[in-house]
Parts: sequence; structure tokens; C-alpha cells
Amino acid sequence: MSKKTVAITGNGAAAYAFKQINPDVVAAYPITPQTDLVQSFSEYVADGLVDTEFITVESEHSAMSACVGAAAAGGRVMTATSANGLALMFEILYIAASSKLPIVMPVVNRALSGPINIHCDHSDTMGARDAGWIQIYSENAQEAYDNIIQAVRIAENMKVRLPVMVMYDGFIISHGIDRVDFLDDTTVRDFVGKYQPNYPLLDVEKPLTFGPLDLYDYYFEHKRQQAEDINNSKPVILEIAKEFREISGREYGLFEAYHLEDAEIALVALSSTAGTIKAVVDDLRAEGRKVGLLKPRIFRPFPYMEIAQALSHLKAIAILDRSVSFGGFGGPLFTEIRSALLESGKIPENINIIYGLGGRDINQQDIKGIYDQLDGIVRSGRVKERVQYVGVRE
Amino acid sequence: MSAIKQKGWKEIPKGGLILEAGNAEQYETGSWRSQRPVRDEQKCTHCLICWVFCPDSSIIVEEGKIKDIDYKHCKGCGICAAECPAKAITMIDENEFREKEE
Repeated sequence: MSKKTVAITGNGAAAYAFKQINPDVVAAYPITPQTDLVQSFSEYVADGLVDTEFITVESEHSAMSACVGAAAAGGRVMTATSANGLALMFEILYIAASSKLPIVMPVVNRALSGPINIHCDHSDTMGARDAGWIQIYSENAQEAYDNIIQAVRIAENMKVRLPVMVMYDGFIISHGIDRVDFLDDTTVRDFVGKYQPNYPLLDVEKPLTFGPLDLYDYYFEHKRQQAEDINNSKPVILEIAKEFREISGREYGLFEAYHLEDAEIALVALSSTAGTIKAVVDDLRAEGRKVGLLKPRIFRPFPYMEIAQALSHLKAIAILDRSVSFGGFGGPLFTEIRSALLESGKIPENINIIYGLGGRDINQQDIKGIYDQLDGIVRSGRVKERVQYVGVRE
Repeated sequence: MSAIKQKGWKEIPKGGLILEAGNAEQYETGSWRSQRPVRDEQKCTHCLICWVFCPDSSIIVEEGKIKDIDYKHCKGCGICAAECPAKAITMIDENEFREKEE
């Protein structure tokens, strides 16, 4: 394996992954903070470095519609978006998934309007969590790059054949410069391989219909298939992660456990916040405190049993949500994990921390405060407030 | 009233795809009909205007002449009766036939 280490933004790393994957079609519309991913890729197209047909469209609804058409035709298709762009795609997200089209789409997480905001939270992709797409969250630019390459294989796997979203945090990762190890072009090309479409519409010898009317007599059966296929992706994701380790030396699973095994209290958090938490874990561990972190990587399909087992030995956990499920009992990650814990038989005391909305920073002091609070819960055996908002002014 | 046996979720193509062209014929839509087009053989000039307009391909033509109407698929929209220049097609309440059949 040969590699090239560079200093690059998350968007730059994602665009480079696109270039190395060299998809047949990219249809995309610019939106902050995704913009310079697609802009950088369009330069690769203009410079003749890829064979991609790049379709400039008038909206994200059209972007995803063009992706659906191109994928049904039999192409390897990619796009990217953020926040309001994802919201505008909403209708077609479901069509892509239910038509079993293996489209790969980085989503650079950004708060949804309104009020209008361009900075990071997870309200956009959490809102799309039931669309039938596989959802992979990335902590940093390296993971974004690695996950995009793996996503192609996951999406196109014959047991799966579903679209995949790869998330990374807007501005924090998309525009912050990270150290990234790139694989060489040949390694990536060999890893993703040649795409074999199942039922290409362009095969005129075998005429077929995509997207027909499907009423009460068959719609339910097709939804049941979809539920099965996305659950089947879990072992496939692990298998592909193993193959990816062979070419990159980097480990991926359904989630990452950081100092979790011997921990007594832990935080659960997605994406870039997990990086900040690791620094706090290191500091607290140096003081002898038994703290840990669980960072979910795959949110859909949700690895509920694996996560429940990994958390069940803890005395108390705080689940961090960078989005609100208005009127719900806590944020989306909290409800998933609290429900999953019922499967393990042993349920640690738990709280939900809603944080970071609209790009509000969460710093090491805030995180240390959450660990301190968990210590207090363990000592007193009491939870004063189950769902809390951290970092908001009272 | 479908003539097709309904299959389970493991037996059908994924993604709602229809892998075979022209199989809409197997889906019998005649039971949707509330009005039945009835053709008067005496008035019919076999101009085939009804065949051109019928959205369900339910006008059966043999050797350039209208032979019959396919009641397994005709939904009773009435376009044939409205367009027929010879006024040879009449829409009759489906209940009249059902009562007779019973």
C-alpha cells in the first residue's frame, strides 16, 4: 500500500475520494457547507481527470431526481448536499431507497432553517433517518474520505443495493484542515471495482419498469423487503471494513469504543464532538478516572444489540444529541439507545444532552462537566433532569 | 377480483420493479367498471375511432373489424361512446347486467 499524507479540508478530502472513485454520473447543486466539495470535483471534471458526466441542475430535488434516473439507467452515481438541500431532496430520497438504487451521497451536516443558519448540527440527516438510506457518521476528514470509499462498496453489495449517506460536520470538518492519508488511485479503483448494475434501464434487450404504482396489494411487501435489506447491510459493512483495513491499515466497525471496556461512566456522541471528547477522556484518564466514549458510526441500520452490549456494564451514560426531536422524549440518538438498552437486560443510569445546535461550540470544559454530572448520578443514584440542554443561555 | 395469486415479500422482484414488459394484461381491471359500453352491430361502421381512443386497449379488432369489447379490462370510462361518430356505443349501468347474471 502506498499513501500520500496531506493537509486538507474535509470537503477537499471528500472531493478527492470522488475523483478516485470516478463515478459515471454526479448530479449536484451547491449549498453551504457542501459547496466546495462539488466545486473541487467539478474542477477535476473540467480538467479531464475523471470520466464522470457532471450534471448541473437547478435544485436538490432535481439533483436527486437526476441521480435516480442515472442509477436506474445503470450508472455508478454520486451527489452531495447539506441541510436545506437535503430537505428539498426529501421526496426523492425515499424513491432512491425504495427503488434500491445504490447512490452514494456525502451530507455535510448543517442546521435546518429556520431561522436560517449555515453551521453544524445533525437536524438535517436525523430528519431523513427513516428514508431507507444507510447512514454513516464520520468524525474527521480522514473518516469522511474512508467512509465515502467504503460506502460505494456497501451500497453496491448484492445483498444490500441501497443508497448510502456519509455524514461529516459542517465547517468543523468540511472547512477545517485536517491531516489525511490518501490511498493511491489504483488501490481505490481496485477496491471499489467495476459496478455491475442489476437491472439497467439502458439494457434494451430486457425492457422493465421502475417505479410503478404499488397499492395496498404489494406496497407492504416491498417495504418489508426494504426493512430486510437494510438490516442485511450490517455484516456487509463489517466485511467491507475488514477489506478496507487491508488496504489502509485503518480500523472501522459499527461504532468506535474509546476506553470503554473498563470505564464506569461514558458519553455517547456522533461525529466531530467525539474527537473533542477523546481529548477529555485522555485528560480524565490521566487523573485516574474511569471514563469512556462510544461513538456510533452506523446510525442506519442502528446496531442496537451491539451498542446495548457495549454500554451495559457502565454505571451511567450521557447520550449527546446535536438535534432536537421536538416534542419527543429526548433527541433521536437518546431514544434509539435507551430503547436498545432494554435488550441488554442491564440498563445504566442515563441522561440526554442536547447540544451544539446551529453550530454552537461544545468545549472540553462542557464535556468535563457532563462526566462530573455522571459521577454525581453514580454517587447519589438519582437523575435530577433526564433531558438537558447544554450550552444554551438561560 | 385479481386473477393473479398474491405473492409474499420473498417471492417478488425487489424495488417494486416489473421485470417483464406487457404484463399489465394480467391485471384484470374490468371489475372497476360501473358503466358498460355496449356496441350496436347494426350501427357500427368499423371506423375504428373507438379503438384509437380506448385507453385500455379493450376494443378487440380482427381483420380490420371490431369483433368485441374486452370486458375483463374495460374500466367503463365511456370515451368510446363519446367519440363514436355513428352513435353505435351506449353506456349501460353495470347493475343491469349483474342483476341478470344473478
